[in-house]
Amino acid sequence: MKISITGLNKAFESRIRLGIMSVLAVNDIIDFNRLKEYLDLTDGNLASHLKALEKEEFIMVEKSFVGKKPNTRYRLTKAGKKAFDDHLAALEQLIHTQK
Amino acid sequence: MKEEKDYIQDIAEIRSMMEHSSKFLSLSGWSGIMAGVYALAGAFIVWMVYDFNPSYLLYGLFEPIPDVFELFIIAMAVLVMALVTAFFDSFRKARSKGEKAWNAVSKKLLTNLAVPLVAGGVLIIAVASAGLVGLVMPLTLIFYGLALYNGGNFTYRAIKILGVVQMFLGLLSCFFIEYSLLLWAFGFGIVHIIYGVYMFSKIR
Repeated sequence: MKISITGLNKAFESRIRLGIMSVLAVNDIIDFNRLKEYLDLTDGNLASHLKALEKEEFIMVEKSFVGKKPNTRYRLTKAGKKAFDDHLAALEQLIHTQK
Repeated sequence: MKEEKDYIQDIAEIRSMMEHSSKFLSLSGWSGIMAGVYALAGAFIVWMVYDFNPSYLLYGLFEPIPDVFELFIIAMAVLVMALVTAFFDSFRKARSKGEKAWNAVSKKLLTNLAVPLVAGGVLIIAVASAGLVGLVMPLTLIFYGLALYNGGNFTYRAIKILGVVQMFLGLLSCFFIEYSLLLWAFGFGIVHIIYGVYMFSKIR
């Protein structure tokens, strides 16, 4: 996990990843299609960002089937929650000091 | 390196995602105003045409009660018209923002509204058929208030306040049954219109 001098997490430099984390912070579990709807992304784009967050072990993936359709759902890990909270605190700090 | 405005943009994104994924924000003031107008019309009809104005709990046992079935039809008409307006309006508003009205959050909102309402509806039927007609209007206010308070978790906070006001009016009218029609008209009519105008001015 890379953290810059300012305390901001490099994994959240992309606004899309920040968006994904925000949605997961207020929803226990969420499926791929709903995320896609909120963030207004293509399948491929969203999937690559989710992969990156999964690699950091910030999110957990649960795969199941609804009938014949695969249903992929995501939730925050403890580490992910902590990283996101820290990132928010760092953002807050930055804005305070720049004022 | 990101600039300050980028961080502010980041925070705006976080805020908007948190809100959009957990709250249904396609309600508009119009639905409230129209619901209030329907309710006032309904209350006026039952009072003028049917002379329905309970003054005590056992209303109807010792004096002629207007045709209960017709009153029921009027109440249902008010409810259905208010619901149709609200659905149509939310649908329109969601579409104008390029969102779907029927999503996971609106489903949550609807179930949270429906549970107290169904429980209240069944209780009201039981109470009315036991002859306690005077309690019908206070109970509709109380359970409607509970439903709004509950559903308020998934939409604008103003809905929660609206729920508390309706609940309060319902409880108040339990003590003053002779004013229950008036309080009912005030709650479902005037308060809805005030809420609608407030929402209209605040969120367009």
